[in-house]
Amino acid sequence: MYSNIELFTMILVIVLLTKPFGTYMYKIFEYKPMKLDKVFLPVENFIYKLSGINAQEEMGWKKYALSFLLVNTVMMIIGYIILRIQGFLPLNPTGVKNMESSLAFNTAISFTTNTNLQHYAGENGVTFLSQMIVIVFLMFTSAASGLVTAAAIMRGLSRKTKLLGNFYADFVRVTVRLLLPISMVITLILVWQGVPQTFAGKIVVDTLEGGKQTIITGPVAVLESIKHLGTNGGGFFGANSSHPFENPTWLTNMIEMLLMMLLPASLIYTYGLMINNKKHALVLYISLFVIFILLAVGAIYTESHPGVAYSKLHIDGTPYGNYEGKEIRFGVSQSPLFATVTTAFTTGSVDSMHDSYTPLGGAVPLILIMLNTIFGGDGVGLQNIIMYTILTVFLTGLMVGRTPEYLGRKIETKEIKLIAIAILVHPFLILFSSALTVMLKVGVSSVTNPLYHGLTQVLYEFSSAAANNGSEFAGFIGNTVFMNIMTGLVMFFGRYITIILMLAVAGSMAEKIPAPPSPGTFRTDNALFGAIFIAIVVIVGALTFFPAIILGPISEFLSMT
Amino acid sequence: MKRKREIKTMSREIVLGAIKNSFVKLNPLKMYKNPVMFVVEVGMFITLLATIFPTYFGSTYDEVGYNALITFILFITVLFANFAEALAEGKGKAQADTLKKTKKETMAKLIKSDGSIKMVKSSELKKGDIVLCEAGDIIPADGEIIEGLAAIDESAITGESAPVIKEAGGDFSSVTGGTKVISDSIKVQVTVDEGESFLDRMIKMVEGAKRQKSPNEIALTTVLVSLTIIFIIVVMTLYPMAKFVHVRISATTLIALLVCLIPTTIGGLLSAIGIAGMDRVTRFNVIAMSGKAVEAAGDIDTMLLDKTGTITFGNRLAADFIPVGGHKKEEVTYYALVSSLKDLTPEGRSIVDLAKKMGVKVPEDILDGAVVIEFTAETRMSGLNLKDGTIVRKGSYDKVKEYIKEQGGEIPEDLDKEVEKISLLGGTPLVVVKDKEVLGVIYLKDTIKPGMKERFKQLRAMGIKTIMVTGDNPLTAKTIAEEAGVDEFIAESKPEDKINVIKREQAAGRLVAMTGDGTNDAPALAQADVGLAMNSGTMAAKEAANMVDLDSDPTKIIEVVAIGKQLLMTRGALTTFSIANDVAKYFAILPAIMSDTLPSIKVLDIMKLSSPTNAILSALIFNAIIIPILIPIAMRGVKYRPMSANALLARNLLIYGLGGLIAPFVGIKLIDLIISSIF
Repeated sequence: MYSNIELFTMILVIVLLTKPFGTYMYKIFEYKPMKLDKVFLPVENFIYKLSGINAQEEMGWKKYALSFLLVNTVMMIIGYIILRIQGFLPLNPTGVKNMESSLAFNTAISFTTNTNLQHYAGENGVTFLSQMIVIVFLMFTSAASGLVTAAAIMRGLSRKTKLLGNFYADFVRVTVRLLLPISMVITLILVWQGVPQTFAGKIVVDTLEGGKQTIITGPVAVLESIKHLGTNGGGFFGANSSHPFENPTWLTNMIEMLLMMLLPASLIYTYGLMINNKKHALVLYISLFVIFILLAVGAIYTESHPGVAYSKLHIDGTPYGNYEGKEIRFGVSQSPLFATVTTAFTTGSVDSMHDSYTPLGGAVPLILIMLNTIFGGDGVGLQNIIMYTILTVFLTGLMVGRTPEYLGRKIETKEIKLIAIAILVHPFLILFSSALTVMLKVGVSSVTNPLYHGLTQVLYEFSSAAANNGSEFAGFIGNTVFMNIMTGLVMFFGRYITIILMLAVAGSMAEKIPAPPSPGTFRTDNALFGAIFIAIVVIVGALTFFPAIILGPISEFLSMT
Repeated sequence: MKRKREIKTMSREIVLGAIKNSFVKLNPLKMYKNPVMFVVEVGMFITLLATIFPTYFGSTYDEVGYNALITFILFITVLFANFAEALAEGKGKAQADTLKKTKKETMAKLIKSDGSIKMVKSSELKKGDIVLCEAGDIIPADGEIIEGLAAIDESAITGESAPVIKEAGGDFSSVTGGTKVISDSIKVQVTVDEGESFLDRMIKMVEGAKRQKSPNEIALTTVLVSLTIIFIIVVMTLYPMAKFVHVRISATTLIALLVCLIPTTIGGLLSAIGIAGMDRVTRFNVIAMSGKAVEAAGDIDTMLLDKTGTITFGNRLAADFIPVGGHKKEEVTYYALVSSLKDLTPEGRSIVDLAKKMGVKVPEDILDGAVVIEFTAETRMSGLNLKDGTIVRKGSYDKVKEYIKEQGGEIPEDLDKEVEKISLLGGTPLVVVKDKEVLGVIYLKDTIKPGMKERFKQLRAMGIKTIMVTGDNPLTAKTIAEEAGVDEFIAESKPEDKINVIKREQAAGRLVAMTGDGTNDAPALAQADVGLAMNSGTMAAKEAANMVDLDSDPTKIIEVVAIGKQLLMTRGALTTFSIANDVAKYFAILPAIMSDTLPSIKVLDIMKLSSPTNAILSALIFNAIIIPILIPIAMRGVKYRPMSANALLARNLLIYGLGGLIAPFVGIKLIDLIISSIF
């Protein structure tokens, strides 16, 4: 039934949580003393000692970026190896085989890059050991990677030195102080709600029909908490969060949505504290929520008012909306809301099948991963927001008659070159790979629908990969060698090029002496800037993807009328 | 007296020259320097091929006419952009030509080492040569006077006809080649080699021959290139994706779409904006050494201004009459006026003006038979001995005291106090005496130039901090600073103070502008982000600065800042306009492309254009003609009034942002109406 109650309840809760969590992250990033130091410091010092980290060493942007790449590459390779030999390894009660090479390549990249695009068949594709060492472990580290690189970038924009912090120490702190404690608490709540956490493996039950059914369980709850907190999105089961073991109740559904939003939303408050300009952060926060709410309301409305699509089915007048691909316990309001949250906050978990949405309802998640800036995933979302903010300031800042400056620092050729490439990467990856796919036979074979909807499937797959989202238009056949390699590369470049470029921007901005604001400087802390920011995000996004959106979902919608 | 060299905006020759040059600029080897327009030119060649060999480009023979038409419109688009650039260059060149006329080959009287004089051509002079310039001679090269004093007519350079006095030593020793000696004779040491003189540099700058892209222009070009690449990707990938959903798009239509989307408007006008910006500075009789300097002027946060000559007139004018010893104010005012009736110094005249303004009148016959006592350095008093025997004097405190004592008069008790009060305020007291009686004190004050207060108010609104530099004592400085409304002042300044303040401001992230003329100022002028030297100043100052004001008017720095801001604003406004235009073009072209396959796409055709072909043509024609329509704005710059950044932004966004969104909807519809009525 049509209702926006959950949407606004959730926003209210997030707004209340933003300040405490934003402040907490600020304290983590800025190495401020906190009450729990007694607990955390010994753990961290032990890890530093064990791994030989000199937490005091400050790094320039290049060293920070290299450390980040090094750690990510090593984890990616380990993940790949484990997946390839998982069949020989312990903790495999369900008898899963070794993963095929292109699929392992895709999966290792997918989880290291915080994408969690799953071309393997969930519970049947990986062993419990892989679930824990590859999947859950990478869910923590990829979220931490996003958050700490964001921290380094924020430091570059607020500090007066070229040094952006120590990657390893940041990485350990974020994991120990933020991701682990929250995950632990959430895991327990999920277990209370009925999510399994066991090594028991298969349960064979007698069905009412008198047949036998094999039900796979496993260490689900721990995965489920970091899956959402870390904006990862990869499910234990192929059916992801629509599976009753992953997301059994209305409450778990709400918790999962809140968890996705928690860190990306709070991080904007952290940003305000870091740059000592809370009003600017507030303007960004409100602007993003404006776009988010509009799209969420749109998705909920179209899914609960499917219109012509249903009138052709002679069940016109139904007050229930489009239930295809949706769980009855979530309905036509919570499902599209979940779809909006999972794509805005670039998580990628699903509690309904986006492929079955009405054309316009399905366009909402597609648009969100194409924009890739409406809050976004842990850390990387903020990086994209900063990228768009700098672009906005540069394009319109000239109109006040000064060389554009952001947070008092001039935006000059060097930064704008980096930003210009960063802005290019996302549309290039999506459009180029989509075009290539529809041109090649190996590509077209993955598309399970003709015409407009088929094109939408392709666009969705690559937008999801490029935005490191990971959700799919379920009908699409992802597990082919071609698609595994294509999406693997798209995820890889989509993640690392942008982060490295933004670190370079931060490194370059850090060297500048910030000028104090005056009545003559461009203001980024008022409603006017908020409106311009929204306009630039929407217009740049629209100009880039409008033709594709027209050919896909909009044509599909119009072809039904 | 300013802007004598203003060139008529659109003289016939300039326009004709620009038209010719816009064809010359079609050369791809020149075109690639403007990446956005280069893409249009390449697109034009492809559509030309598609016109000749339609079947190789997804067209049929029926579409040859359409392909040819698109080719033609693209050709015009490139031509319009070239025309904008050529026009701006043409205007600069016209200015350079007038300057070149000044640079006549002259004969110079070279003083050889043995003291004899040899006539040589001015072009043969080298750095270090010494020449003799006598009345009537044209000074053959830039140089420094090493001996003598002369009146020099600099109108060729400055447009100012009143001669200036230049002399060896001090801050007024530099002379410019091309100017004329009117009286006396001087020996000048040449300071530059042929081709590097001030005039040569001026010519180069206005000609735009050596024009290098300024930093902001490069940054903006980068963004435009990035947008262009995005749209190339969008258009190239559109073809296979459209094919997948059975929509056929010909190469010509794809190129039409591409050209509509890439920022051709700003791409076509960008260099014209830069050239015209420099040109505006030149027309203000300021020579900027680089476009970077003009841009930096727009970014200025702090302005360092000399008090004397810039903020105040430098001479002291009457501000008040203060009675002492129980006299009435009217009495002091009256006798102050009488004492100054024949005093023609600025001080004396200001006393008369102020007294008259206060309503005091003297009998018309008062001067009959009166004896004028002139001011001398010895007496330091002046006044009148009237017919009736009354002796009226005004003079400095010390001398008047002596005078009164000599005359056996009394000094009122409160005189000391009043005199001290005025001194403390930074004023100069003049004591008024009638016979042997002290009546009161005239308060002479350093006077702020009219309009400066408003200027400072504007500067504050623009977010620019002003710092006044003066040799006065702190109290005097404070009085003037408060009255003028500057934000800060430096009193009792030593030459190194300026550079220290500049460094301090720069360390805080601010950009600093200053004016100067003396050799002392040179280091500070070099350190400042924008240093404006006075043409009357020394060569050292001019070399160190990145701008020279030919009129030697230090307040002009404020206008230069406004021009810099206007330059940046114009770029920003037209970029915004260009990008905002794309929305309407999408709504024209995309439904047109899809209409065959999916008739219901018509709902997106919100302009209700007459046919798919006409829609594409209209969008493309709009895209082309908007360039010449905006040329006047590019040349003139967008309107600039000093106000806060926020107000400016709101205003420009409304005009160029919202306007850019709406204008093409109207424009494309109108063009479509015209096209559909013709065909």
